[in-house]
Amino acid sequence: MIKKLLIVGLLAGVAFMFYGLLISYNGTETLTGLGSYYAQNGAREVGAANLVSSIVVTYRGLDTLGEVTILFLAAAIIGFVLKLKKDEVLEARPVRETSELLTSASQVIVPVIFLVGVYIFINGHLTPGGGFQGGAVIASGVLLMLLANPTMHISHNIVATIESISGIAFVAIGILGIVLAGGFLDNRLLPLGEFGTLLSAGAIPLIYIFIGLKVGAELSNIIGTISYNQNEKPN
Amino acid sequence: MEYIILISGFLLVLIGLWGILSQKNLIKIILGFTVFNTGINIVMVTVGYVKGKTAPILDVISPEEALTSIVDPVPQALVLTAIVIGLGVTALMLVYALKLYQDKKTLDINNFKDLKW
Amino acid sequence: MFIAIAIILAIVSIAGAIMAIHHKKLSVAIIASGLVSLTASVMFLLLAAPDVALTEASIGSGLTTIIFFYALNKIRNNHD
Repeated sequence: MIKKLLIVGLLAGVAFMFYGLLISYNGTETLTGLGSYYAQNGAREVGAANLVSSIVVTYRGLDTLGEVTILFLAAAIIGFVLKLKKDEVLEARPVRETSELLTSASQVIVPVIFLVGVYIFINGHLTPGGGFQGGAVIASGVLLMLLANPTMHISHNIVATIESISGIAFVAIGILGIVLAGGFLDNRLLPLGEFGTLLSAGAIPLIYIFIGLKVGAELSNIIGTISYNQNEKPN
Repeated sequence: MEYIILISGFLLVLIGLWGILSQKNLIKIILGFTVFNTGINIVMVTVGYVKGKTAPILDVISPEEALTSIVDPVPQALVLTAIVIGLGVTALMLVYALKLYQDKKTLDINNFKDLKW
Repeated sequence: MFIAIAIILAIVSIAGAIMAIHHKKLSVAIIASGLVSLTASVMFLLLAAPDVALTEASIGSGLTTIIFFYALNKIRNNHD
């Protein structure tokens, strides 16, 4: 009872803080300092139509590198925690047959899903989307394959190879930016091109391809690890 | 419109916090965390909204037009990062809950007393 | 028009959040939390943030729900 009262008191305190925020919020009419700088100079300096992409990849590229690292660490820790002990053997539990509809449809739809994912991350500098969204779409394609065939084992070597190659390429492009252009992850090491076309915005499409592949591999790895141990025998 | 969305974001944060603090089941606590996360993201995007402006995707390079036609892109980039990290953290919490269940055969948080003194 | 949509979305998301915390069946609670993410994605679209809406719809509403279900399924398998 006392615990409930304490919780309600804490919530009331948080709600009071939110009330202060709410009455001080008055729908702003103009952009603030940093936002107006990006709005005025973003298109000219970076050359990407989508300003969110230019912030995520170029102005705040180091944060994106850290984010991809955090995701990689999460995938690695999940694999480590769910690892089977040496003497623990996998007992093949009888898996329920998946329906004919799901298996046939997945063979048709999975390539289309991969294609949509690749489209989303290649066009990230022109339309809404980018490496993270495209990677998530690719991971959902892998998920559909897993649902259609629950005994499928995602090859660890392929996933690890794709992930390491794209991670190394991402950092290599960043270091090339120091040598050829203004700084780490500067996208002007390639010509900016014509504004609004596919081959524009310097290195942003290239960086987004590598981010998309890396995020797709990491999310597929998480899903594969959690679902693979389904057949673990109860101890 | 932005006031309604801001208030609903605040309410989602409060409901998520209530769930984290009052529930006994580990899975329910993790669900509270995801609701909390969604509410915070809504609040952050609403703070960057400018009344009557469109998405930060430009048609032509013209600094004056860009300044008067788009919403603030910085909170949106921030929230993009936060959502992806939220998935990683949620998956990690679920895996730890799974491991705890395999050890103790229960999900009730009152039965985990190993660190209590 | 937008105000009506926003009110409906707010009601649905708050009802979904309460259901996610208080429903007895875990599977219903997980689906309700997916519903909260989906309404949040439409709210981001109303707030002129299509990038965030796309991310929330694919990651927050799709993959998170599936990971919850895999974990729940595994707990049930260990149970018996």
